[in-house]
Amino acid sequence: MNEAKDVVTMAHGSGGRAMQQLIDQLFLRAFDNCWLNQREDGAQLSLASLSAQGDLLAFTTDSYVIDPVFFPGGNIGKLAVCGTANDLAVSGATPGWLSCGFILEEGFPLVELQRIVSLMAQTARDAGMAIVTGDTKVVQRGAADKIFINTAGIGVIPGAVNWSARAIKAGDKVIVSGTLGDHGAAILNLREKLGMDLGVESDCAVLAPMIAPLRSLVGIHALRDATRGGVNAILHEFSAASGFGICIDEQALPVKPAVRGLCELLGLEPLNFANEGKVVAVVAAHAEEAVLMMMRSHPLGEDATTIGVVTQDPQVCLRGTLGVTRQLTLPHAEPLPRIC
Amino acid sequence: MRFVDEFRDPQLAKTLLEQLHQRAGLLPYTADKPLQIMEVCGGHTHAIFKFGLDKLLPPQLEFIHGPGCPVCVLPMGRIDACCEIAAHPEVIFCTFGDALRVPGQHGSLAQARERGADIRVVYSPLDGLRLARENPARQVVFFALGFETTQPVTAVTLQQARRERLTNFSIFCQHISLMPTLRSLLSQDDVRIDAFLAPGHVSMITGAAPYHFINQEFGKPLVISGFEPLDMLQSVLMLVKQVGEASCKTENQYRRVVPEQGNLLAQKAMREVFTLSGSSEWRGLGMIERSGISLTSAYAMFDVERRFSPQAQPVADDPRSRCGEVLTGRCKPHQCPLFGTGCTPHNAFGALMVSSEGACAAWYQYRHQEATIASQPQHKQQQKVSQDE
Repeated sequence: MNEAKDVVTMAHGSGGRAMQQLIDQLFLRAFDNCWLNQREDGAQLSLASLSAQGDLLAFTTDSYVIDPVFFPGGNIGKLAVCGTANDLAVSGATPGWLSCGFILEEGFPLVELQRIVSLMAQTARDAGMAIVTGDTKVVQRGAADKIFINTAGIGVIPGAVNWSARAIKAGDKVIVSGTLGDHGAAILNLREKLGMDLGVESDCAVLAPMIAPLRSLVGIHALRDATRGGVNAILHEFSAASGFGICIDEQALPVKPAVRGLCELLGLEPLNFANEGKVVAVVAAHAEEAVLMMMRSHPLGEDATTIGVVTQDPQVCLRGTLGVTRQLTLPHAEPLPRIC
Repeated sequence: MRFVDEFRDPQLAKTLLEQLHQRAGLLPYTADKPLQIMEVCGGHTHAIFKFGLDKLLPPQLEFIHGPGCPVCVLPMGRIDACCEIAAHPEVIFCTFGDALRVPGQHGSLAQARERGADIRVVYSPLDGLRLARENPARQVVFFALGFETTQPVTAVTLQQARRERLTNFSIFCQHISLMPTLRSLLSQDDVRIDAFLAPGHVSMITGAAPYHFINQEFGKPLVISGFEPLDMLQSVLMLVKQVGEASCKTENQYRRVVPEQGNLLAQKAMREVFTLSGSSEWRGLGMIERSGISLTSAYAMFDVERRFSPQAQPVADDPRSRCGEVLTGRCKPHQCPLFGTGCTPHNAFGALMVSSEGACAAWYQYRHQEATIASQPQHKQQQKVSQDE
């Protein structure tokens, strides 16, 4: 399996011996936990242990189809674990258990699958999660793009936590946990073969340890992790759900110079670039300082900053460098670079 | 960030604006009949809206958004021809990203890709050349469009293709020339443009001399301008000074990028590869004499029209659309009956809604919510903005 010539074949999805070998030697060995090792069709989780942690079960799923599969700062496997864990964490849950479904294209190198699975396992372990059930399908060459991963996750929300976009009020502060667009810029540079020496890695990370202490604070209204669509999409989601507007300050946006440079060159906006390790929080004004301090005390939130405020006027606006405020619209589709 | 932040400094902008307000106050123009400055380039239009420069101007000045976005002025029929070429199974069709969603009569290139055509977004014609080397059994076609800004890199790409004797690379040449368009605009009787901001990128190639006819024949002042807000404010101030002093010349604000003579190497490459080829149709503006570009005989073998002979597909613009009038300053984007209803960035009907550089697209993105108050006299809007700030 360690030789580069070994590839995924249709036999690996046949249900026969090749598939059993793949499961035994790769998935079980990497993910190794008591629930998976029972080898039942479904993981059997203790309700008592779940209910001891809180009152609500959080349940989420997402699918990962990224190109390229490997990128600076991670790979599709790490992304799948982080993405699903973060969806749980921003709802206030402690992520506990994950499922993962692989759709593999015939011909995909097994050594690359090994790297993906290893990083998934390590990421889950580091974040205190277990991958407890899974599925593998193989499709013919051309029917999928190398590898697709679906993950679902469950976690438990403590009774005192009630974060929701509907709780947002005018006067609330909007905080981001760090620099915008690192993941989007790193991926664009690779996918489009721009060949720029950005020195920027994907920010792909499990945010749960940074978010967990926030649950003890009063005044947190809503949290979202800003993935596809970037911070701009989250601001519009918040505005639509709450009925209020949001006005952000362009000069307050934390953006790495390399990411900003790439955006300037291509005529794109970092606000629309994807992140995989950043959270947008809307908090009561009295909680602003405490939230910033708590976020900054964790390595994943050291660049946390306030970027704007919730307004009565139900529009998402951006106050520019010259003081002129303009409405911030969502791009209809993926933004395209301009000709000149 | 170097070369960006120093040209967006709010304090310097304030100083320039104070000078601008002071100078403009001396002009014999009123809010009802402001000094109309055409920013020719779509890049300028985008910057005006992005930074809100139009809201910062004194009421005596008004920007008119010109025809300088090559994607916007592309006739529908050319997109249909692109789709026809791209539909050949052996073709890999390469295009700049923002041409992908331009609607033709039978849909856009993006829709053609959904139907199965092999259409790829590239960042340079050189990417197309690389694809041709990597796919010797396929025909790689580059959709070459743009003004003098993008012509040199197409020219250099074809020089390289010729040196390598590549037989599977060709271009669909839809390059156009800016100067004939400006002449055509100024020759129209009822167009009242008082001064021009000339595009920095085109000028970087052409230099300043080609603009002299605008001063000499039409008596209009012109300033070649960069694209950052301070560049543009300084350029407008230079224009206002010219008008105030009753002078009329071509000035170069963008000296850090634009040499007086332009880029001589680029000009040489363009002369070798391209030739002016008579009239060309511009979307929204109609036929403009001596504005089309074709390949010289030495490079004719790279002309895709020789290989695939796409059908000429003249398509009339929707008669309700007022693209031409917006381009010539006769009306504002929101005054077109299709604006925001039949014509949006998601479903562009008219030329200027297509590219993010287009006047209507920029207006839609940055001013859509203000459309209802936009019919108020400009000085009232100005007051409102000042109060808001």
